[in-house]
Amino acid sequence: MRVAIIGVGCTEFGELWDKSFRSIFLNAGLSALEDAEIRGKEVEAIYIGNMSGGKFIDQEHIAALIVDHAGLAEFGIPAIRIENADASGGSAFRQAYMAVASGIHEIVIAAGIEKVTDANDPMEILSTAVDQEWEKFVGANLPAIYAIIARLHMHRFGTNEEDLAMIAVKNHRNAVHNPKAQFRKEINLEDVMRSSYIAEPLKVLDCAPLCDGASAVILANEEVAKKICDTPIYIEACTQASDYFSIQNRKDITTLQAVVIASKEAYKIAGVEAKNVDVAEVHDSFTISELLAYEDLGFAKKGEGKKLIREGETEIGGKIPVNTSGGLKACGHAVGATGIRQIVDLVIQLRGEAGKRQVNAERALALNLGGSGATAVVSILSR
Amino acid sequence: MVPRFWRKIKYRYEILTSFCENCGNHYYPQREICPKCRREGVLKEEKVCDYGKVLSYTVVNGRTIALVEFDNGAKMLAEVCGKVEIGKKVRKAFRKYGEDGDFGIIYYGTKFIPIEEQN
Ligand SMILES: [Zn+2]
Repeated sequence: MRVAIIGVGCTEFGELWDKSFRSIFLNAGLSALEDAEIRGKEVEAIYIGNMSGGKFIDQEHIAALIVDHAGLAEFGIPAIRIENADASGGSAFRQAYMAVASGIHEIVIAAGIEKVTDANDPMEILSTAVDQEWEKFVGANLPAIYAIIARLHMHRFGTNEEDLAMIAVKNHRNAVHNPKAQFRKEINLEDVMRSSYIAEPLKVLDCAPLCDGASAVILANEEVAKKICDTPIYIEACTQASDYFSIQNRKDITTLQAVVIASKEAYKIAGVEAKNVDVAEVHDSFTISELLAYEDLGFAKKGEGKKLIREGETEIGGKIPVNTSGGLKACGHAVGATGIRQIVDLVIQLRGEAGKRQVNAERALALNLGGSGATAVVSILSR
Repeated sequence: MVPRFWRKIKYRYEILTSFCENCGNHYYPQREICPKCRREGVLKEEKVCDYGKVLSYTVVNGRTIALVEFDNGAKMLAEVCGKVEIGKKVRKAFRKYGEDGDFGIIYYGTKFIPIEEQN
């Protein structure tokens, strides 16, 4: 059964000190319901991406908590939390998609949420997404893993630190016009190059800042969608793949194999090729992850991702605009919410509601990664 | 944390790979099933030689962490004491990684030391 997105909602991303976990979820959920022009009790199930309620706010069993706070316990609506590190949002989206595609449900919510600023060291918590026994033990946190990948990519293909810096600059420029982004401010190449190293060769401004945020989308089958929505956006494919958990076991650490597998399958299901994608939101948790995405999604050949950024092809107005929202880098990375936030931004693009960020797009792609890429979720949407 | 560390001591103090007699692949860290052969795989623990070369590395929190590749193809993440570059030869060393406060256990493990090549 064909599945459509009929409503989207997103909170501001940032340090939402004055708002609680449950309150930011409600904000995103209600905006999505309002956008879909439904009341809430029509929803048959809720899928919530959340990496670590337990570590960030000492709260588990968050799906039921959220259902209650949203006033939906009244109707007994079932909910489940999906955890796949920072691919939790994308994974929740895929579960929701499959629930509707299978015909089991007609209308469901896919959401993502993370409240990171109540914790002392959010990056340490995100780093639980790498192997604690054989990566973290020796001192390799998540930035270190991506740094090791980046160093080899540079050595092997001639990618340089400026190429990565240009990705950060582009994403910040795009975020200026995104009212939900955490950093709506341009930065220049020098700012990035002068920022201090977090994990050589990655610098502070190569890393997406972790933040609070929630996002929600409402999915319905085509029949229902056509009845209640003027601008349904269709899900042409939503795939997921896994890779070896630790980079120690990957044959070639400069390729995120899960991205290659998930995207190939998604293109096949949607009946398209990489070149048919008009706009993309990719997982730039570090600038190197966006560069790898160019190659592993097939926008460029292996080793040639740098050409896309050097030639401006991934800018708004380029051949394949990437992260017109500002990406994780400038929107902020609200961990479990990010995968859904990407879908929200692509729906806004496909509906033609992106204002100054608007590109001409019929087909959009989202890539959401977990940790250092052991999980990849690829979604293809179309008008 | 004590049992979690204790049950891995053998593997932290030595570099042991899982060698699959069926396909000839080496895996680090050790595995309980060969991902290539699955049920047909026959895994044996094997000590690797004490030398490797740096495939890539980073400096994080003041420490150099490298992905070291051995001759048998297995790769291992570990700290390197000293300056490295890609391709640099390193040898194994027994070193302290950390400790649990003043009275807790001390975590030892394998690190590497760069070796200068003879001309
Ligand atoms: Zn085997």
